This record gives sequence, structure tokens and C-alpha cells, in this order.
Amino acid sequence: MAGQLLMGNEAIGLGAIHAGVNLVTGYPGTPSTEILETVAKNNTEGRIHVEWSVNEKAALEVAAGAAYTGARTLVTMKQVGLNVASDPLMSLAYVGVKGGMVIVSADDPGPISSQTEQDTRHFGVFSKLPVFDPTSPEEAYEMVQDAFAYSEKYATPVLLRPTTRVCHGCAAVEVKEVSGEGASLGNQAYWAQSDKPKEFVKDPGRWVIFPRLSYQNHKKIEERNEELSHVFSSYRFNTVEGGAGLRKGVAAGGISYAYVKESISKNVPLLRVGTPHPFPEELARKFLEGLDEVLVFEELDPVIERSLLQIAGKYHLSVTIRGKLTHDTANAGENSVESVREDLMRFADETLKEEMCKEEELLDGAFSLKLPPLPVRPPVLCAGCPHRASFYAVKQAAKGRKAVFSGDIGCYTLGNAKPLDMVDTCLCMGADVTMAQGLHIIERDAVNFAFIGDSTFFASGITGVINGVYNQTDIILVVLDNSTTAMTGHQPHPGTGRTMMGEVVTKVSIEKVLEGIGVNKIVKADPLRLEEAIAAVRQVLDEPGVRAVIFKSPCIAVTKAETCYRVNETACVSCRQCIRELGCPAIVACDGKVSIEAGLCYGCGVCAKICKFGAIQEVDHE
Amino acid sequence: MNKNCLLCGVGGQGVVLASKIIAYAAMEKGWFVRTSETIGMAQRGGSVVSHVRMGDEIYSPMIPQGSAEVLLSFEPAEAVRNLPYLKRGKEEGIVIVNRKALKPVTASLGGKEYNGEEMLDFLRKKVKRLYVVDGEAICNKAGSSKTLNIALLGAAAAGNVLGISMEEMEREIKRRVKPEYQEMNLKAFALGTQAVCGTFGQ
Repeated sequence: MAGQLLMGNEAIGLGAIHAGVNLVTGYPGTPSTEILETVAKNNTEGRIHVEWSVNEKAALEVAAGAAYTGARTLVTMKQVGLNVASDPLMSLAYVGVKGGMVIVSADDPGPISSQTEQDTRHFGVFSKLPVFDPTSPEEAYEMVQDAFAYSEKYATPVLLRPTTRVCHGCAAVEVKEVSGEGASLGNQAYWAQSDKPKEFVKDPGRWVIFPRLSYQNHKKIEERNEELSHVFSSYRFNTVEGGAGLRKGVAAGGISYAYVKESISKNVPLLRVGTPHPFPEELARKFLEGLDEVLVFEELDPVIERSLLQIAGKYHLSVTIRGKLTHDTANAGENSVESVREDLMRFADETLKEEMCKEEELLDGAFSLKLPPLPVRPPVLCAGCPHRASFYAVKQAAKGRKAVFSGDIGCYTLGNAKPLDMVDTCLCMGADVTMAQGLHIIERDAVNFAFIGDSTFFASGITGVINGVYNQTDIILVVLDNSTTAMTGHQPHPGTGRTMMGEVVTKVSIEKVLEGIGVNKIVKADPLRLEEAIAAVRQVLDEPGVRAVIFKSPCIAVTKAETCYRVNETACVSCRQCIRELGCPAIVACDGKVSIEAGLCYGCGVCAKICKFGAIQEVDHE
Repeated sequence: MNKNCLLCGVGGQGVVLASKIIAYAAMEKGWFVRTSETIGMAQRGGSVVSHVRMGDEIYSPMIPQGSAEVLLSFEPAEAVRNLPYLKRGKEEGIVIVNRKALKPVTASLGGKEYNGEEMLDFLRKKVKRLYVVDGEAICNKAGSSKTLNIALLGAAAAGNVLGISMEEMEREIKRRVKPEYQEMNLKAFALGTQAVCGTFGQ
């Protein structure tokens, strides 16, 4: 076999293990989730402490403590998670670490599964931390190991910033067990004493952040970054290729480098930037000298482009830098081989087209295809999803009332789709609870619902509930407790009573938390018992203060279907109420007739409960 | 020489496992492989695509448009949606498509009927080497609707354009499918190969 077929995230997880990581923390978030899961899966001897922390801030702080003892730590999150962790991040950048610390923040150009197209490379510049940016899974495997070595050598946390296509792309990766003498330079020293117990050595001048210390460390950090810029100019993943007399060149980083390699011929001068911060200035300067024009390919923000502009200005180089700022490449969304080829053709223009672009006869036929109108398939709540029943119950209970529904991050954001149409706002983790308060303070005659999932509740919902109770705001908190972190692939959380170390622990009770905070009234219901669920919402509808409905029913993806339903054709009058009100993917209409796809039905029975004609009946599951 | 296979369908149809089996079969031959899959939010009933790229000089995990030797579609409209990926010109790629249409919730809601037959007609007009496989009939014979992905793999192997033989593909299925499901899957695989050889389906 030519190596192992590894997803980028698996490669990063294995790379961290092979770099001798001692502690791994994180919070689930697409596209980063599989990194921590890979470490947990391969942690057969339990040597590494692996945990899903309650949120990204907690994850980074737990790791910081461990890193102060000299342990190697990995922290994983998606890019918006880094916003949550930014408080400890900014300060930790000043204090530094003893053991190597790699913070993986996975960016999501597109965005494909995120709220923003923010760029972690800018967070690197902002926090003054080094950033590593892999172009492929196999490079990510090597790079995470390099990142540990640099982190420890310079006693600073470092950022590793893969993007979705690197995280979720798979490649045949040569995995080497690189412990001991086989370890890469910088990791050898670590392995030589990896068995020694690690301990926290008290040193207030190092570990206690104070204005004076911050000032001194600020100076050191600036010096260090100048040194790193120099060191990175010869780093193995910052490279210059080609350059046979052409006056036009290309620069790229991340997955865009792969798209460029698919598109340009070998002699085109090509700068690859694997460390966008500190920028490899000397390497870039050499690359720019002798060129008239450079086209930059990168996703999200024009980080490489700005750095090249800066270097061109600093050294008075007469070279034009093209990219997002000059509208030569798109300034939002993902790049692709197609977009790169198109931009490159324009850049090369007729005179250099043949010299710069790879010969491909392919596109002509493909591009002239005119496709007929296609059915759209937006993501929907699964058939049988208890969230559908919860939303439906609230909708029924609040019928005729002026109500605003604040939603949050998770599968239940999909409750915004028609016909449910039950998510009026969605901003960021936990914001439903607090935004509902703001909405209500200004518009008192509305009933304000806040929908939050169990994992989101623990991650960042609790402080919002306290805020509402303390400030006497009237909201109805609806906890959609499906006993898992569903959207990111079913990770455990404090309410599940399972940890990533395989332990069974006491479940943190959402109900008791709410009681402790002093929520006015708490009712619980199984959303699949529709009438009881509607009654539960009605019970709290006209109460004052913060009141809560806890809807508890497990995610269908982690439980087994026990039954399924079908439409009795003689009883069905084709009123389509089930389709119009529920939007369940298992219920379809064909030639005017309503039917249920047996393979998709999960047997939740909600459609049977709302059918006025009793036309939907339970049958044995296949 | 690079080979590309694009697999597409709807979340939950088993597209990812099929792409993994192709990738492993290629690696077993010593080829370098890259793949890319739809993961996360889009999986929930949405269109899903898996790119499998095999060969010496591959950088992008996604197949560039116009360069797939095989388009293996689990659903007619998804085949049309991804048709721009098919290799055109002299060495046009092949399209293998499952006959049965899956209606999205939106089509059921709006009252607009999405008709799989229209999509198949479009493919018949535009694609020279098209194989329409009656996956439902194969699954019924094999004994489970879950064998669709393996049936289509059979069709792809029989198409003989990926450089992976039927035997090599079958060996990989035996490795990757749980023992208790092997018999039905191997049956589906055999029926799938026949569909392209012209004795079944069409």
C-alpha cells in the first residue's frame, strides 16, 4: 500500500501523537472536529489526556495550564471558536509556554458550515503568534510536528491553520513513527526526555501576567518575530519554484497552492507561503526581484498579497502585486482549479498564455453545457428528528401570539426552513438566550422564545440565562436536549456523562443548573408526545421572568428506529397537511398522492398525530 | 496517467463508503490517491459529492471540471448537476446513473414535480456512454436497499475505465464490508457488473 488514506484532520491528529503530545483539548466545530477524535481513537494506552472541553476558552486555558508544566499540548477548534478563545489567546501570547503548544483553528472558506469567512492568519498577526498553513493532508502531518518543535524552541503557542479542503480532503500519507532518534530536528530533544515527569515550577516573573511583564515580553516578542521571519525564509514549506526567465510570477498559500499546481506550467516562478506569519521576508524579496507582476492566490483575506505589497514597498521593488485588492481574484468564497485557471489566463493574457498555463483541452466541452433546472436540496432536519416536533409544538402553542423565535448554532438552525419557519435570528453560540432579552426589552408585547441545544447550553448558554434572571427579563428558554452534539457528528458533552477518555461520569443536569440560577418556572416534556409538548409550552407562555421548557428526546442518528409509518391510501384525502406543516424528508408527494419512504421513516409518529383523517398508520419496521 | 472518479448522490445513500473502496483499491495497486467528500451540514439530505483522484501528479483534492473518467451517480438529477465534471472530447468519460429519483422536501412542498425521467432524457441526449442502472431492482434481488452503493461500484468496475478490475474491486469490498453484510453486497456487486455488461437494467 502507498501509505495510509488519511483525512487532513486525521493526519494532524496522528502528527500530534507522533510529536509526543501529552494533552489534547478542543470544542467540536466543522471542519476541525476529527482532529481530536483521531487522537482519542489512537490513544489506546490512555497516555494522552483527551477532552472535549465545555468551550474553546476552557480548552485553551486547560492546555495553557498543562503547557506551563512542560507538557506538549494541542488545542482544536474551528475559526469562530478562536473568537471564544481569544481572551486567553491574546494574554497567553505574552506569557508564552514551556511545553510546545499548537492551537489548530480550522478556517472555512465558502463558508461551507460557518457563520463567517474570517481568516485565522489575521488572528496570528493580531496576537503576534506564528501561523502554519498546510497545503495538503500529507503536509499537515509534517507541519504539525514542525509546529511543536518551533513552539517549544521559542516558548510560544503557535497556530496551525488548515482550511476545509485540507481538513476534509484525504490523501495517501506516509506515516512514520517518529519518536526517539527518528524524530525530526527539534523533536529529538523532546523525545530524549519525554519520560521525565513534568512539573510546574513557580516563577511569578514568568507565569503571572502584569503590565510590566507584558511590556518586557512585548519587546521580546517583536524581536522573536523578526528572527522567525528570517528563520522561516529557509523553512521547508516556504518555497520558490520555477523561474526560467519569465517576468510574471504566482504566489499562493494553503489549498490554493494545490489549485495553482494543477494549472501552471513548471517554469512559472511560484512562491509558496507555508508560514504567513511571521512572513518569510527574505525569501519573498528574492522571489519578487526580477519580476514585473505577481498574481496571488489565497482564500479569505489578502494576507500574502498585503505582505508582498509591504515588501515591495520596503525595498522599492518595481513589481505589481495583483490579487484580491486589485480585483484580479475573487475577494469572497472558495477558490477552485476552475477559478484559478480563469484568473491565471487573464493574468497571462494572450502573449504568455501558452508559456504559463498547463495545456488542457478539457474545459471547452464542459463549459458549454447548459443544464436544465435542477431540484434544490438544501440541508433539512432528518426524518424523525425530535427538533421538528419541538418546533412544531412551540409553533402550535404560540399560534395567534406575537412571537419572535431566536435560534442558535446546531442542527436546530435548520428549523428556519419552511414549513417550520421557526428561527428568526441566529448569530453565534449562546446568543439566542441574550438576544431574546434585548428583543424583548424594546418590544414588550412580544413573546420571546430562545431555542438552544444541550451542547450549546453548556458551551455558552448559562451566562445568558443568569443575565436574564438577574436583569428581570421575560423570555422563554426552550432547551432542545437530544443528548449529543449532533451537527458536528455526535460528540459527548457534560450532559451525556461520557468523556473522551472513555469514562462514565455524573451527568450535569440542565434542569438543576436552571433551578440553581433561579429560573422562574421549568417544565419538561418529550417533544414526540405532541399534545404534552404543546401543553408544556402553554404552561409557561404567560408567566413572567425567565421560564424554561426542556424538550428531551435523543438524536435519531444515535438511537435505533423501533417502528415506522405508512400512508393508508384509502383514508388519505391528499390534503397534504403533513407535508405543509412538517417538511419531513420521508414524506413525499408523487402524482398528487402522499406517501412515506419506508427507508427514511424513523417512526417518530408526529405526522400520524397531526393527520386529521387518521390516514398515517404505524407498521412494523423492516 | 491520472484517473478521476466522481461519485454523487444524496446524503445517506452510502456515497462515502463507495468512494473509500475505490480509493483503497487504487492504493492497493500502489497508486497515489486523493479524495474529497461532503461532510457536515450539507450531509443532512443535501446533495453530496465524493471526488476520487488516482495517479502520479495530483495536487487538488477535487477533480477539475471536464476531467472525470467516471461519473457514478446515485440519483438522476445529481448526475446532471455534476455533468460538468465529466471528461469530454475524444476520450469522453462514462456516466453510470441509478434510475430512481429522490425528491427533495422542497419539491414536495412547492407542488413542483421533479421528474427523474426528464433528467435521464437530458443525459441520454448529452452523454455518449451512459449506463442507467435499475438500482432498486438490484437491491430488491440482493435483499437490502443499503447495497445500492456496492451495486453501482460493480457497474463502475465493469465499465473498465478506472484501471481497477472487477476482481480488484471485489477484493476491496470483501475487506471493507462487515462479514454479516458481505453476501448481500457481493450479490449486489455482481448484479451491478451485469447492468453495465448489458444483461440487466438498461
